[in-house]
Amino acid sequence: MTKSKLKKILLEIFAFGLLIFFFLPFIIVIINSSKTSAEIIRNPLALPGNFFQVFNNVVEIMGRDQINYFGAFFSSVVITSISLLAIGIFSAMAAWVLVRTKTKYSFIIFMIFLSGMVIPFQVVMLPLVRLLQTLKDITGIQFKSTYHGIILAYIGFGAPLSIFLFHGFIKSIPMDIEEAAIIDGCNKPQVFFKVILPILKPIFVTLLVLNGMWIWNDYLLPLLILGMGADIQTLPLSVASLAGFYDKEWSLILTSVLMAALPVVILFLFAQKHIIQGMTSGAIK
Amino acid sequence: MEKILKMLKLIGKKLLYIFVATLVVIVLPLVFLIRVIESLIKKDIMKFDKKKERGELGTYIMNHWLGETYKAQNNRVFVYFLFPSLFCFTLFVGIPFLQGMYFSLTDWSGLNDPSYIGFVNYSTILKDYAFGYSFFRTAIYSVLNIIFINVVAFSLALLVTTKLKLKNVYRAGFFMPNLIGGLVLGYIWQFIFNRALIQFGGVFDPSILINGNSALAGLIIVVTWQYAGYIMMIYVAAINNIPQDLVEASKIDGANAFQRLKTVTLPLVAQAFTVAMFLTLVTSFKQFDTVVSLTQGGPAMKLPVWIGSIYSKTLLPVVQSTDLVAINIYDEAFVNRNMGVGQAKAILFFIILLSIALIQVYYNKRKEVEL
Repeated sequence: MTKSKLKKILLEIFAFGLLIFFFLPFIIVIINSSKTSAEIIRNPLALPGNFFQVFNNVVEIMGRDQINYFGAFFSSVVITSISLLAIGIFSAMAAWVLVRTKTKYSFIIFMIFLSGMVIPFQVVMLPLVRLLQTLKDITGIQFKSTYHGIILAYIGFGAPLSIFLFHGFIKSIPMDIEEAAIIDGCNKPQVFFKVILPILKPIFVTLLVLNGMWIWNDYLLPLLILGMGADIQTLPLSVASLAGFYDKEWSLILTSVLMAALPVVILFLFAQKHIIQGMTSGAIK
Repeated sequence: MEKILKMLKLIGKKLLYIFVATLVVIVLPLVFLIRVIESLIKKDIMKFDKKKERGELGTYIMNHWLGETYKAQNNRVFVYFLFPSLFCFTLFVGIPFLQGMYFSLTDWSGLNDPSYIGFVNYSTILKDYAFGYSFFRTAIYSVLNIIFINVVAFSLALLVTTKLKLKNVYRAGFFMPNLIGGLVLGYIWQFIFNRALIQFGGVFDPSILINGNSALAGLIIVVTWQYAGYIMMIYVAAINNIPQDLVEASKIDGANAFQRLKTVTLPLVAQAFTVAMFLTLVTSFKQFDTVVSLTQGGPAMKLPVWIGSIYSKTLLPVVQSTDLVAINIYDEAFVNRNMGVGQAKAILFFIILLSIALIQVYYNKRKEVEL
């Protein structure tokens, strides 16, 4: 065996060891979510006596009102998917007209969107809560604790980054394509939906991943707009309310953690190639 | 059986809601948009014959907004396409931001109508030792966090860009913690620190979350573990973009691995460093949900003597040791119900974060190499 080959094998073993080390927290969660509370207190590191205990824990969690797992899961799916689609299409539309219209107005509007990227959520959260109340008093439309409220909020907060990325991408698309489409008889909206939108697919995927991870895991915005323990709950909110209610009942908390994390992990394993590609291609621009 | 029926009912209700929400948020505006455009076009054609009756203003409106001219079409599309994003952005970010500037100058408590009191809130903040301490902790935390995350992420990136058999598995694996939200991760690690690691004894017993400084270290471990995979992806993309001929040229010149790293890799990924440091800086400063579930801002600690002397406190008060700025603002506003003071803190936080980020980007940009 040559020296370089040995080095390669050692590196491989090292990397694999590191991966296992990285995964230890997950392993601990999996081990402990299949134990009863008494077993966890006895020894949190031991293997569980009966792996099927995890199903008992799951059934027990389904019965708890604090988490309402199916409700929260559905709300999370609804909010995330509609927001993602809406952010993607609306931001692409806005970015396209901002790139293709070269007036001072479009420049100013683009700058306003860009400045939105550096505003931390903490600065707008207090007036926002008040504003939603005022809006309800004036128009009668309830934005708090509703799907449309939180989805519109995500469109607003997601727009700056998405428009910025789309803007950079659209600039590199040659005008000739659009002119050809117009000569072939497209009007302007058709040019966008039939010609430009399909070209935007790679950056669209990047944004789906970036915004998706943010919206699915977000805690503060749902906490303020939906509220803890209200009718509509996202998964992070319901895990927090369960953990707050059953303080230190680790078998329940860890099982709920597992149930909250599993859907994303499964999705990631299936779409792994696209997600990693989307991350690496979009991240650097 | 009854339970299943109940669940089905619930799901049915949700599905209905999905349908309605999609309709309201996406389909209706689009249909509306198309309708409006169509009706405008029809109106134009009908009016086209009565051109003489139009005045100067009418002609202008026709040419620039309503007519069939290229300019008018463009302008209409500009408005309709921009409207949804700009509307949401203005409603949820723009207006609250401007309002917030004003509210920071008022005695707003969340219940009353805010009235103007000048810069009183800002002077309250300057006297607030807890906020000063919180800022100091956030600064330490951010600096350590930026260093740890970037070192770990860059090392991982170097590792997974070598010729390993399972390198795609490693990339996906290291990225995995980032998929799970900060709040959920906080609970996982709270269990690990408080229950699992205690079994090993040594420094881990009692739990490191009991002591203020080690709790901050614990927080850094958690966030590094979570975020390193994400930053690694940025470095991987940058390292893969390095032209292979440069690497080969340095090999022919006899550079060893370390020299190659120093003279070829590092300068060429400088752009990625700018991005990665910016991202880690901003996320460290805004850290909220991981802290909420890991330490709840605690444990309590005595104010350090030197900070106490700044605020001329002879009796050192008790402060929360992982009370980072984002948590402090939230508590001030929603727990203490001092919305005005909370808002002033938020504005101050924004200004400081913005200036630090600008300085960081400016300095990093100067080190970048254009190919």
